[in-house]
Amino acid sequence: MRVFDPHIHMTSRTTDDYRRMADAGVRAVVEPAFWLGQPRTNPGSFADYFDSLLGWEPYRASQFGVRHHATIALNPKEANDPRCRPVLDLLPRYLDKDGVVAVGEVGYDSMTPAEDEAFGTQLALAREFELPALVHTPHRDKAAGTRRTLDVIAESGIDPGRVAVDHLNEVTVGLVRDTGCWLGFSIYPETKMSPPRMVEILQRYGTERVLVNSAADWGHSDPLLTVATGEAMLAAGFTADDVDLVLWRNPVAFYAQSGRLDLSDLPAPEPSYAGSSLARGGS
Amino acid sequence: MRADELRGALPGVPEKEWLSDAEARVRTDPDQLPALFARAGRKLGRQPLADRPDWTPGLAGRVLLLLAVPHKDDRVLDLYWHGDTGERLAVLHALALLPIGDAGVPLVEDALRTNDTRLVAAALGPYARHLSPATWRQGVVKCVFMGVPLSRVDRLDERADAELAAMLTGLAQERAAAGRRMPADATALLNRIQQKQED
Repeated sequence: MRVFDPHIHMTSRTTDDYRRMADAGVRAVVEPAFWLGQPRTNPGSFADYFDSLLGWEPYRASQFGVRHHATIALNPKEANDPRCRPVLDLLPRYLDKDGVVAVGEVGYDSMTPAEDEAFGTQLALAREFELPALVHTPHRDKAAGTRRTLDVIAESGIDPGRVAVDHLNEVTVGLVRDTGCWLGFSIYPETKMSPPRMVEILQRYGTERVLVNSAADWGHSDPLLTVATGEAMLAAGFTADDVDLVLWRNPVAFYAQSGRLDLSDLPAPEPSYAGSSLARGGS
Repeated sequence: MRADELRGALPGVPEKEWLSDAEARVRTDPDQLPALFARAGRKLGRQPLADRPDWTPGLAGRVLLLLAVPHKDDRVLDLYWHGDTGERLAVLHALALLPIGDAGVPLVEDALRTNDTRLVAAALGPYARHLSPATWRQGVVKCVFMGVPLSRVDRLDERADAELAAMLTGLAQERAAAGRRMPADATALLNRIQQKQED
């Protein structure tokens, strides 16, 4: 099984995770810019974070044979802090970088006017820089938030085939299914989706335009739940080709729309990867 | 690599017309440099050059863009500080070819503080002649520590001195205590320095 995790926050994960992921078949990841638990208070803090997503983290991933790309955006939660609004002015420079394969995560947290403005502005940037968009849907008031999200996407004029609407569940999948947007599902140990629930959704709605991610971060989460979902699919009678479509070819097709996805010379994951001790430098 | 060598290495690159156009644009409108510099990597390609496998068309093209742009100093610094790793490597490789004096030293010092072996190695190219001896020695020892081949260090034997030998001897003792070996090129360097001192 080869796995492309289209949404995982590796900055918050350990080298042990990278090793376990590589051993289990995770060969490529996309790390969306999001919040870090502790709110940031100035644009410089974001600049260092974005630099890390395009510098240190891809290098760290490469030590384990994992290819790392990023999506860049001001997330909806921190868009509400006026001190972080100037981050929007930093974005054009970052959106031109080789390692950036989408604008994201954008979308709604609490559905405030500030979030409206940041969301609309960043969908326009996605069009300007010819990038897909990764859209977060809110955890609270999810169905209403998803409807409003789809309205904003339609008004923006972006091609729905270049938008992934993420963190869907049984309640919201039907809203997005017929819009032409990609359907993102985050598989979590307790909240959001579980592998068995994901399999039921695949049985009901099919595998087309479906993206399955672990969304693993600094909270209770598991970077191997993509693999677990693939195994649950096989146990439920899906073919290995179905699993490859959902866990590899679909995310590749979505992010390849950026023209920047680089999966060349990707090493096959080896059980005992020789470079697993990360060079720490001179001190 | 010199500028004429860079251009000589590019004939087989399919997108070299994009590069000619980009060079002309940054000559007349230098404000276009950041966007063109960022795009050069994917436009020109990331595969190794046939004659110089340690270079890519994207890297060579970025260096040529820096050579083309007028009024270089602030623009070069800006590209480094706002660059991703590929862009920073291109700036570091270009520094020795650019008429910017010591203005690039803070960039090289920054690269030496990273833990990315590509940046550390690029920092110790020909432009490292602008570094103080203390900073340069720390860079060389860091290469040994991180496993960067010492062949990447410009003018290694010319600058290697007794103080560097003392630092390498100390590292060798720590490695011995931990039951680990020194890289062969570091041991050979140490022998050469000591030989030079005896002569």
